[in-house]
Parts: sequence; C-alpha cells; structure tokens
Amino acid sequence: MTPPIKRDKPWLMRTYSGHSSAKASNELYRTNLSKGQTGLSVAFDLPTQTGYDSDHPLARGEVGKVGVPIGNISDMAALFDQIPLGQMNTSMTINATAAWLLALYVAVAERQGATPAQLQGTTQNDILKEYLSRGTYIFPPQPSVRLITDIIAYTVKHIPKWNPTNICSYHLQEAGATPTQELAYALSTAIAILDAVRDSGQIGAEGFEQVVGRISFFVNAGIRFIEETCKMRAFGEMWDQLAQKRYGAQSEEMRRFRYGVQVNSLGLTEAQPENNVQRIVLEMLGVSLSKKARARAIQLPAWNEALGLPRPWDQQWALRMQQVLSFETDLLEYGDIFDGSPVIAAKVKSLVEGAMAEMARVQEQGGMVQAIESGYVKRQLVTSHTERMRAIERGDLKIVGLNCYRETEVSPLTGGVDSGIMKVDPRAEREQIERLNAFRAQRNATEVKAALANLTETARSGANIMPASILCAHAGVTTGEWSQTLRDIFGEYRAPTGIDIPANDDSRGARAVAIRSQVTQTGAELGRPLRLLIGKPGLDGHSNGAEQIAVKGRDVGFEIVYEGIRLTPEQIAKAALEEGVHLIGLSVLSGSHVEMVEDVFNQLDQVGLKGLPVVIGGIIPESDAALLKERGIAAVYTPKDIDMNGIMVDILNLIRKHHELPPVAAI
Amino acid sequence: MTRTALPEPAALAFAVSARDRLALAQALNLLDDRRPAARQCAAAFLEALPAEKQEGGGHLIGITGPPGAGKSSLTAALIQVWRRRGLKVAILAVDPSSPISGGALLGDRLRMHASGADREVFIRSLACRGEFGGLSAEVWPMSLAMLAAFDVVLVETVGVGQKEIDVSKMTDTTCFVAQPASGDSIQFLKAGIMEIPHVIVVNKEDIGMAARKTLSELKTTLGRRTDADGWQAPALSASAALGSGIEALADALDSHRQWLLERGQFAARRRRCQAEWLVKHLREEFGRYGINRLGGEAVLFAELTDAPRRSPIAAYDDLRIRILPQD
Ligand code: B12
Ligand SMILES: Nc1nc2c(ncn2[C@@H]2O[C@H](COP(=O)(O)OP(=O)(O)OP(=O)(O)O)[C@@H](O)[C@H]2O)c(=O)[nH]1
Ligand SMILES: [Mg+2]
Repeated sequence: MTPPIKRDKPWLMRTYSGHSSAKASNELYRTNLSKGQTGLSVAFDLPTQTGYDSDHPLARGEVGKVGVPIGNISDMAALFDQIPLGQMNTSMTINATAAWLLALYVAVAERQGATPAQLQGTTQNDILKEYLSRGTYIFPPQPSVRLITDIIAYTVKHIPKWNPTNICSYHLQEAGATPTQELAYALSTAIAILDAVRDSGQIGAEGFEQVVGRISFFVNAGIRFIEETCKMRAFGEMWDQLAQKRYGAQSEEMRRFRYGVQVNSLGLTEAQPENNVQRIVLEMLGVSLSKKARARAIQLPAWNEALGLPRPWDQQWALRMQQVLSFETDLLEYGDIFDGSPVIAAKVKSLVEGAMAEMARVQEQGGMVQAIESGYVKRQLVTSHTERMRAIERGDLKIVGLNCYRETEVSPLTGGVDSGIMKVDPRAEREQIERLNAFRAQRNATEVKAALANLTETARSGANIMPASILCAHAGVTTGEWSQTLRDIFGEYRAPTGIDIPANDDSRGARAVAIRSQVTQTGAELGRPLRLLIGKPGLDGHSNGAEQIAVKGRDVGFEIVYEGIRLTPEQIAKAALEEGVHLIGLSVLSGSHVEMVEDVFNQLDQVGLKGLPVVIGGIIPESDAALLKERGIAAVYTPKDIDMNGIMVDILNLIRKHHELPPVAAI
Repeated sequence: MTRTALPEPAALAFAVSARDRLALAQALNLLDDRRPAARQCAAAFLEALPAEKQEGGGHLIGITGPPGAGKSSLTAALIQVWRRRGLKVAILAVDPSSPISGGALLGDRLRMHASGADREVFIRSLACRGEFGGLSAEVWPMSLAMLAAFDVVLVETVGVGQKEIDVSKMTDTTCFVAQPASGDSIQFLKAGIMEIPHVIVVNKEDIGMAARKTLSELKTTLGRRTDADGWQAPALSASAALGSGIEALADALDSHRQWLLERGQFAARRRRCQAEWLVKHLREEFGRYGINRLGGEAVLFAELTDAPRRSPIAAYDDLRIRILPQD
C-alpha cells in the first residue's frame, strides 16, 4: 500500500463581503463559514470608510451599498454575533478609519470575553495607496502616516498576532500599474511606513525585527500568469533584501514575504461575462503555482464583477474555484516547480531591476510620501492606464468578447428577475439611520463627551491613538464623531489627480486629429472653446474612468475641468456654472447613480443651469440606464463602451444638438 | 435661434453689479466669445458696468511663480482669510493648454476646493491658449467684470521669467510665490530679468531649512530696492499646508493697496493696467509696426493713460482701425 501523499496546507480562503446592515452581513458570514470558507473578509460601506455617520448628507445613497455600515459598537457587536473573535481570522478592508474599526473590534472582543492577545486578523491600513487608487483617504499624508504607525506600534505590543498593515499593490494594478510599478511603489510604501515607525520611537531597536515581521502585503494577480508568478518571486527576493539590509532583520522568518491576494478585476468584462470565470481561475495560478511565492490568503471576484455586486451564489462559485484548485488538483503535493528554471529566473531578474530603478527615482524625490504629494506616482499610474486603454481601443491588447470574438449567444446567466446581480434593499439606508438614532438616544452623553475630549487631547499630543479610540468605542462614540474630531485637528486633503500627463501618441492618430478639428470647429461656431466638466459625485472613489475620459477629452481638444473624487452635487453644479461648461459628464461606479443624478439635477436647477446636457458613465445596470434617461440624462456609458473616440464624438454631437446645430458626420 | 443668443448688455451689466452669479458666469462666457457680434455685445457690456468699481474699487491681485510653487494652495488659504474678514472673492486661474491638441486640463480649482460650496467665492479657470505670454487676453476684461461684483479679484498665472510675469502689469498688486531651494527666481531678480513684484512669499515653510535659506537669500537680493513708484517689496514666508503666515500675507497685499490709495495712485494704476493690456494686445496682433503707426510706445502710453475711461474692447477696436490701412 502506498503511503498517503503529504499535502501542503491550503491558503486561507475568503470572500470579500458585507452589505445592507450588520445583521444581514452576519448571516452571510455564518453561511459562508458553513460552506468551508476559512476566514472573514469584511467589506465596509463608503460612509464607514470615509468617516461619516449614516445620516450625514454625504452618505446619501451609499449606506449599506457596497459594504456593511458600522457606525458604533452596537453595529460591530451585531456583525460578529455568534462568531467567536478569539478564534476567528478577520481581514478588514479599512484604511483612513482603520484605527477606529480596530478599536471597535477590540472592544467587541473584550465584551465577548476574548483578550487582545488572542485576536488574529488584518487591518488593511495602507493609507498611502488610497491617494493613488482606492480613494478613501481623509487626512493629509503626514497625519495618515502617523495613524498607520500608531496601529503598528500598538498591535505589535498588544495584539501580536494581528497584521496591522497590509501594504497594497493590488489597488495599484487596478489603477493601471505594470508589474514593475506594483513592485516599486508597494516596496517604496513599505519603506515610508517602516521608516516612520522607526522614527516615531514607539518601538525600540530590539523590537524592530518584530515590526518588520508583522508587515504583510496585499497583491494583485493579472491574466499574464507567468509574469505574475515571476512578480511574486521578485517581491519575495526584494522584501528579503530590504528587511535585511535596511532594517537589519536577522531571522529568515521575520523577512518572509507574507501576502494575501485578490485577483485582477480590472480585466473582467461586462461583455460575455461568463468568460470571467476562466480569467479568474488563470489569475489564481499566478499566486499559487510557485510554492516559494504562494499566497497566504486568497479571495476571488465573481463572474459578474463588471455588472454589479455579486449574489451569494456568485460568491459561492468563486469560493469553489479555490476549493477545486486546492483539494482536487495535485498542486499542493509538490515543492517549488520553478526553482532552477532559467526562463523564470531571467524574468524575475528583469522585474527586480526595473523595480529597483523606479524605487531609486522615488527615493531621489524624498520618498514615497513626497512622490505622492507632488503627483509623480499618480501621473505614472494614469500614464500606464492610458496606454492600456489605448491598446484595447486599437485592438493590440486582445480581450475576448470585448474587442475580438464579440459575436455571442444570449447568456442564460444574466437573465432572471435580478438580471444576475445583487440589489441592496433601498430601505437599508433608512433603517440604519433609525438604528443610529436609537443608539444615540440611549448612550451616556457625558461619557461620550469625555471620551472625545480625550481623543482630541491624544491626537494633539502625538501619543498613540489606539487606547483613546478603544475608550471611545466603549463609550458609544460614532464613526462620524471619531472622524470629525480628527478632521478638525488634522485637516482634510485632496490628492493629485495625475491627469496632467503628456499627450499619448494615439492623439496624433488620424481619427483623433479628425475629431479634434471638429471640436475646434464647433467651438468656433459657438464662440469659444468647448468645455467639459467631469464630475465624481458622492463618496465613490473609482476614478479610472473619469481620468481616462478627462485625458481623452483634452487630447481631442476639449477644455477639461476635473476636480477629483468625492464632490457634492452642489459643488458640481457650482463648478459647472462658474466654469461655463458646455456639458457635464458624471462618473459613478459605486451604485448610487440614481440618487446622485437626482441631486445633481436639483442643484443645476437651483443655480439656473436647467437643461445643460449631462451624461453619465460607470456601473449602470440596463434598467437603471433607461430610468436615468427618462430623468433627463443625455447618454449612459458602461464598461463595454471602450471606443473612447466614439464617446467623444457623441459628446460633441450632444453639445451641437443642445445648440441646435446639426450633428457632425461619422468620424 | 440658437441657445447661444447674446444677452442684452445693459441688463447683464446691471445683474452682474447686483452680484447675480448666473449673470457673472454668462458675462465671462461672453467675454470669451470671439464671434464679431459677441465682441460688440461684450464691449457694450463692459461700457455699461458702473465706473466706480473699475477705477477705484476692490483689489485686483496677481499671484505668480514657478509651476508647483503652491500658488493655488496659497490662494485657497488666502480665500479663507479674506472670507473671515468679510470679503467676497473671485479667482481667475490661468492654466497652460496642450500644445498638441489645443485642449486643456484646468487643474487649479482642485486646490481651492475648500471653498467649493461658498457662494461668495467664484472661481473661473482659463486656458492660456498659446498667445499672450503666460496670460490670456481675456484676463483683463474678465477681471473688470469680476471687480464689479467682488471685493477681491485674484489672477493666478504660472510665471518665472520676464515674459511670463506680465500679470504684474495688469493688476494692482502682484505677489510672487517662490519655491524653496530653487535659485531661479533669485537669479532672475538679481539680473533684473524679472520685475520686482509687490510682495514676495516663500511658500512651504513647513519643510524647514530650505525655505528659511531661500527667504534670507531673497531678502539680501531685494535689499532696499524699490519699484519705480517707490514701493519696497516685503519678503515673507508661509505654508499653505499648515495655514501659517497667511494672515500676514493678506496684510502685506492689502498694505500695497492702501499705499496706492494714500498716494492717490490707485486709479492711475488701473488706467495703466488697461493701457498695458491694449499695447500688449496690439503688439500681439500687429507687432512693432502697429505700435509705430500709433506714434511709438511712449506716445501711445501717454495718450492711453490720459484718455477718458472706455471699455477695453471698444478702445482696442478704435486703435485697430487707426492702424489698419483704410480701404
Ligand atoms: C478598478 C476597480 C476598483 C479600483 C479603483 C481604482 C480607481 N482609482 O479607479 C479599486 C481596487 C480601488 C476599487 C475599489 C473598490 N471597489 Co471597485 N472596481 C473596479 C473594477 C474592477 C473596474 C472599474 C474600472 O476602473 N474600470 C476601467 C474604467 C476605465 O472603466 P469605467 O470606469 O467603467 O469607464 C468606462 C465606461 O464606464 C465609461 N465611463 C465611465 N465614467 C464615465 C464618465 C463619462 C463622462 C463618460 C462619458 C464615460 C464614462 O467610459 C469608460 C471607458 O470605457 C470594477 C468592476 C469592473 N470590472 O468594472 C469594480 C467595482 C466598480 N468596484 C466595486 C466596489 C464595491 C468597490 C469598493 C467600494 C469595495 C469596498 N466595499 O470597499 C472599493 C472602494 C472604492 C471606493 N473608494 O469607492 C463594485 C461596485 C458595485 C456596484 N456598483 O454595485 C464593482 C462593480 C465590482 C463589484 N462587482 O463588486 N475598485
Ligand atoms: N509641504 C508643502 N507643500 C505644499 C504647500 N503648498 C502647496 N504644496 C504642495 O505643492 C504642490 C503644488 O501646489 P499647487 O498649489 O498646485 O501649486 P501651483 O503653484 O498652483 O501649481 P501650478 O498651478 O501647477 O503651477 C502640491 O502637491 C501641494 O500639495 C506647503 O505649504 N507645504
Ligand atoms: Mg495652480
């Protein structure tokens, strides 16, 4: 009889989820755990991530939509009801308000009877990449780095099994980064953060190795899975060197590159969405094939990623992909299958060299924080993404079903009453606000006041923010109150948009030139150059689409006003008036498009711009597109509309139509 | 009838002076409009604006300096100070346009975002479309329209050398923002390539040493030099990021206005601004030939600063007719 084959332990399997309310999300988590999921990954809604209570005007339309709303300790307790935190491994995708959500987590664990030392999990807590991609930053870079530092210092001392920060290259790839850029910017971020922890003096030299050992990463894996395998090996080598040389980490254990993964979603398509299943599986290979560089935790998007939020069944399908790979295949039976391959070694070497060169450029500018503040890094990302978009548009970068092999049968997957996506009950927002009000009514106002005064004092003094935050959690402070206290002290920030990049070669192409001449011509007919306002209303931080439209618009001769993410409808209407724009283009991907459009129209009315053409782009289900058009939206664009030149011609013709000029001939 | 039908000039001027925001937006659109009929309408509009504000009212400030020095950030901080002092503020932010496409990304607004909901702050961006140095020909007429409705009008332009700081000739007070650790502006000042602005501020004092060093170098370079009118420019330092030094900067800008007023030079300076705009505009269109046909620069300036108030557009059209050979 052959002895049983020794298999490696599989990675942690998670599903990024949360919606509507703490109670609904708790039920979902418990079902997911019963299906064999081994860890939790909490998605918070945008108000929670950006530090607003559910009843704040900026939260309108966003409460419970893309994640769970957590406004105070009672929500957090409901979220983990019957889930023993002493035994769970919980990953929380939380950044600007990470200290607060961790404080709530610790407070709930304490109420459950668990000690901080037992807690295991991760706070994403990489605020630097928020400025570059993810968009849920609140404060300027300096105080943000301080918050990151405080969480690291606190957990290393009190919650030793916690991963206090997950340095993210994932979101950089989602904003267009190449593998080299991912390596360079993630590691430059690690340097900025570790330097800050060291310089804060909170951890002595002897404990510093421990800090290095607690740093983990959250990376991306794209469809070019061989290159991605090499990228992961490069990450491991570079981190090992950095930990040893710059931070003097001696033990190999402390220098190990520990990472979790979410595979690429930017390349998942709205067109023929069933093809996304192949993509997701292939992407998973990039982070699992090489044992030496295998992920510690994996979460996968669902086949309907580009359509809207996944339903439980969609998420189950994604979880099963991981289970099939780890339990049915022989992947976990072998050592590293790439060791000794010269092809792999050469590719790894070239990635390392490219990344080192870019890291040197960042260091020359004074480091990652400075390179972010000056807009340098963001411009590099927008440049890469622009090149990617142009390659798709030209057809050089093939995406099956999107720019080639487009003929298709009708998909049975997108039929059905829910058109294949999850719809959050619109009552969720109102109910959450009711719960919040009830919570406020029953808490002890004096205790809350004292806890907030203590928080203010701590923030000013520079002492570690965690103990004061945990006190706030117990006292019944709300997410909005905690954040506003720090907003008042640290101030707020707006990150560079990165769109001020030189024109791409394609803008010299025949079609772009032809469009440009029509744009100029129409400008002359109307008396002045054509102006577009690209607006991102609400808390949505998805900026890729807006950036690409802005750059393209500039390249075909429009004057573009774009102020970045998170504007109120009022600010958008005000800017449209002051800037004398000919058309407004909104971009909304977070699902709050109906509310946002309604509010923008109301505001336009108020400033006297009723009738100004408005178009919208983003994740907009077909049924909503019809509704928006009824309300007066002139055109709706979604991810399948990759012909950016075509969009520009449309916009030009909408402006012409508004001024009663005939459309230009097809270009 | 297309929807870009021209407004009635007198009614528009009335509404602008009554601070109707929509009217001001329409007026700025009109001043940007190059069609001949629009130009006539714009001239009539400017003519119809009440004279007081344009000759002696408000404060027209230029803020200039190298790219990325923090002009927009300082402007944002100044807006907050002025608003606290009860002043209503309008901004004209000039950005370069793309040499390839002629399109433009108007990015200064982003940094002034904090005023995004304040109805007593009005921000218009302008693409400097290649011509007119770092300025845009529309800046002067637009400033006049804004002065009719706001207490402080600030024009932001990128500028380092001589040509680019032309904004200083078309404002009451010019503020130059210096970048710490960049010797360029000091060199330009020393060599006399750059005219002395009325206020110099080294921004980003939060970064420490480099800013202090630049400030002391600037102070040495300026010494006791004064401009042609006898004003001695103060050199300050500030941080838009921390909000430090902003009150002092606002005070320094206002001292220059007071100084002009006390010496009775304020109205003359405004006339001079218009004369500068006219001459620059003529030079752009006709070169030295045009200026010579009108008797040369000195004669022309004397004539223009003495002439009774006219709208810049009407005045320009008159000069043009005198240059162009009649058929
Ligand atoms: C990339 C991405 C991200 C990146 C964003 C990077 C960035 N800076 O933009 C990162 C990783 C940061 C991210 C984060 C999140 N994401 Co995301 N993300 C995506 C993803 C994969 C692609 C979006 C994208 O950038 N596409 C590329 C651009 C170029 O395409 P586009 O925006 O669609 O634009 C095209 C058209 O729509 C149109 N268009 C768009 N805007 C405009 C404007 C005008 C004027 C015009 C004319 C045209 C136009 O033209 C473009 C050209 O084709 C989508 C899913 C998908 N595949 O579409 C999810 C998705 C949008 N994300 C989603 C969610 C939930 C989130 C999070 C909120 C999760 C959470 N709970 O934390 C976070 C937080 C983000 C935040 N702050 O708001 C959901 C939204 C669900 C919904 N609407 O119901 C999606 C749909 C995924 C999903 N199925 O769950 N995300
Ligand atoms: N450290 C520091 N950075 C600042 C300060 N003021 C502005 N900055 C940064 O400098 C960069 C440029 O600021 P802007 O205000 O856009 O500068 P600008 O001169 O208007 O730039 P352009 O209009 O592009 O020429 C931004 O990244 C700001 O965050 C300051 O006081 N201190
Ligand atoms: Mg600026």
